[in-house]
Amino acid sequence: MATLATPTPAAVAGSDAKSGLWSWLATTDHKRIGTLYLWTALAFFLIGGLEAVMIRTQLARPNMGFVSAETYNQLFTMHGTTMVFLAVMPLSAAFFNFLIPLQIGARDVAFPRLNAFSYWVYLFGGILITLPILFQAAPDGGWFGYAPLSTPAYSGVAPGSSELKMNMDFWVAGLQVLGVSSLAAAFNFITTIINMRAPGMTLMRMPMFTWMSFVVQFLLILAFPPITVALVFLMMDRVFGTTFYQVAAGADPLLWQHLFWVFGHPEVYILILPAFGLVSEVLPTFSKKPLFGYNVMVYSGIMIGFLGFGVWAHHMFSVGMGAVADSIFSLMTMLIAIPTGVKIFNWIATMWSGEIRFTVPMKFAIALIAMFTIGGISGVMHSSPPADLQQTDTYFVVAHFHYVLFGGSIMGIFAGIYFYYPKITGRFLDERLGNAHFWLNFIGMNLTFFPMHFSGLLGMPRRIYTYDAGQGWDLFNLLATYGTYLLVVATAVFVWNFVRSRTRGAVAGGDPWHAATLEWSIPSPPPEYNFAKIPTIGSRYPLWDLKEPTWNADPSGHAVPSDPSDLQEETASHTAKALGIPMPYPTAKPLFTAIGLVVMFGGLLLFRDHHAVGLAILLTGAAMLIGGLYAWLTSPLE
Amino acid sequence: MASHAAAASHGAVAGHDDGHVHHHHTTTGLDHRKIAIWAFIGSECMLFASLISTYLIYKGKSLVGPFPHTEYVDAAGKVFKPILDIPVTSASTFVLLMSSLAMVLALQAVQLKGQPLPAGAGWWTRAQRSSQLWLGVTALLGAMFLGFQAYEFTSFVREGLTLKTNLFGSTFFTLTGFHGAHVTVGVLWLMSLLWIDRTRGLTPKDELVVDICALYWHFVDVVWIAIFTLIYLIQ
Repeated sequence: MATLATPTPAAVAGSDAKSGLWSWLATTDHKRIGTLYLWTALAFFLIGGLEAVMIRTQLARPNMGFVSAETYNQLFTMHGTTMVFLAVMPLSAAFFNFLIPLQIGARDVAFPRLNAFSYWVYLFGGILITLPILFQAAPDGGWFGYAPLSTPAYSGVAPGSSELKMNMDFWVAGLQVLGVSSLAAAFNFITTIINMRAPGMTLMRMPMFTWMSFVVQFLLILAFPPITVALVFLMMDRVFGTTFYQVAAGADPLLWQHLFWVFGHPEVYILILPAFGLVSEVLPTFSKKPLFGYNVMVYSGIMIGFLGFGVWAHHMFSVGMGAVADSIFSLMTMLIAIPTGVKIFNWIATMWSGEIRFTVPMKFAIALIAMFTIGGISGVMHSSPPADLQQTDTYFVVAHFHYVLFGGSIMGIFAGIYFYYPKITGRFLDERLGNAHFWLNFIGMNLTFFPMHFSGLLGMPRRIYTYDAGQGWDLFNLLATYGTYLLVVATAVFVWNFVRSRTRGAVAGGDPWHAATLEWSIPSPPPEYNFAKIPTIGSRYPLWDLKEPTWNADPSGHAVPSDPSDLQEETASHTAKALGIPMPYPTAKPLFTAIGLVVMFGGLLLFRDHHAVGLAILLTGAAMLIGGLYAWLTSPLE
Repeated sequence: MASHAAAASHGAVAGHDDGHVHHHHTTTGLDHRKIAIWAFIGSECMLFASLISTYLIYKGKSLVGPFPHTEYVDAAGKVFKPILDIPVTSASTFVLLMSSLAMVLALQAVQLKGQPLPAGAGWWTRAQRSSQLWLGVTALLGAMFLGFQAYEFTSFVREGLTLKTNLFGSTFFTLTGFHGAHVTVGVLWLMSLLWIDRTRGLTPKDELVVDICALYWHFVDVVWIAIFTLIYLIQ
């Protein structure tokens, strides 16, 4: 990993030539932390994909015996949990980290050490939740962990045993740890975006990716507390014997569902909005046109985030909430289609009569528009309760959310990876391999998920580990499995390209795509201080103003002339020290503090069965956490 | 927030914990930490909203007692009185409210550090200048509140209400316990400030550090007012 930032000729002198394991463990540089997020999240993406392959192999034909029912439960639980919390969210976080300071003209995030802490907590939380699968003890209650099914009464005791199973304990503890990571990062990015914009970078001149990320940070800080509370209740039920989800004690079996989906639906937008932001950078660049309807794109993003908090119960139409509640949530859900549709049309209008270059990132961005629209339309279908009652818990819903999550989030993230790889590493990803990846991925995705619409409408339930022949599902399942194998090939091509291009890709300059925003005004990879001189921004498209003044790309921009010296593509021949720019000291204190946090939760996991040992570990972790925090807060940043 | 705009226009001291003074320009003129604490408080609102909602959803749903406001007789004929002791909790609420007043005075004392006392200043004017006094009083009142809570929890357990007894026990102890944990963090924070004040002395430059602690402290206080009203006063 240490050699990741392979220096290009332009950047050799610019970086402080820091390498080695320690430089990564102690880094506070937002670009390095972004890179760590990227690698870690891609690793979890592969693990989640492997789980999907095993699921699809088991379902390839009726009555397969590839895995047992117990293993299957662990596989689909971990596939969902991994993809949502350990792959897509952190892939977005990789871009938040790498791009937000570059796009707003800042030298780092507001709290560089807190940023490192977020990453380490994510890594250890991910390991805590994933490792048990090697011991056949992975969480097995679904990524939604419905209580009371996840309480000791239903998931505590293995058949023929009296020992409490720990499977769901790992999930409960792991998600709380991951929540700490997301919240800490969100406070950091909110502060960064509000407070660290370069002169002239008004809110309405921010690049669309930064805008969508800004909305997502608010969703994170408002959506994570409800699930944290739900998880605390569940943990207390499991460890201390409280009655939150004990129906026998009068508990409401819907409490968990409400608390979970108050988080869970905004979470959907947490997963998709960063991808929307990425394609909003890619489409104008390769259409040589400003983003169509910038203001409306901003407002619709905010609207999606806002409405996202009022639709949670559409996940619960089948529980019998009554006609009034069903109608309200149905209406709210249909309303969300409006701002989402606005975005789709604006992207199409951005491309309309543009000078389109069909590069790999552009293909992925267009694929997002098409695939997300299919998923969006099936979403509107089950926003209607009578239709939903037919479709809920069938493969139709699985098809729907894979079209929005794979067809939307993953396509958008791939667009972002191909687009920003030159900025991150200084080298292009190979275009031919990229094209192969795109087409294999696109065909594989549709082959996997399109047939699920049919098996779902024919009544195939979700989460079953096998099925009998002769129900009309056989062909669709076989096709879906072939599609998954195609995705394996596609992903192998991508991984090969990703690893190989670090050293063998064509060298990219500072602005390889002829793009418009600030991150392209500096060398690739950027020097540690990002901007030798903090630029002054006069419009939404500062680089186009300088390079293509006749385009008048942002007519609303004030007549502040952009300063050519803001183009710093070749000014990287100085170190931060030579330029007199104070940089944060490298420090491993955030890492130490993160270990303390995870040790604390580990102790809590052991507490139920081994009081003394659990308590000792818990207190050790707490001491590490407090000591680490104290050392961190009392030492200077830079 | 507006009152800080003046100080901020010189470039807020993006204070580093060591007291080095770097003049970092920020977009709003506010210190990063000030914005972060507001975001944090927004998030905390959702945390307590979820806890309080759960308490309210489960209100009156417990199958066995003890109950908060009504008497309960179990199968064996044992009588459990209504368990909430409103006079005692009113006293602890008063203590917590007074701690907010002391916090305001502590911040004012830090802001006024180094300014000469007016001629013939009385004892109260002089007392107002002691940040150590008011930080200490705030922490002490917070600790007293925690003492009340410890007394309340132990007497409830003695009377037969634990986390496991019924829905009321589970929701009550979790909600008030979460609040108590927040007060504990606040008391430790105040004691750290007091320690810094005693060792190197807080100056008006440190206003922000005290201000952030004060925001947190007032927030925890406001949450208690909601809890006291919804759980104790409304039957």
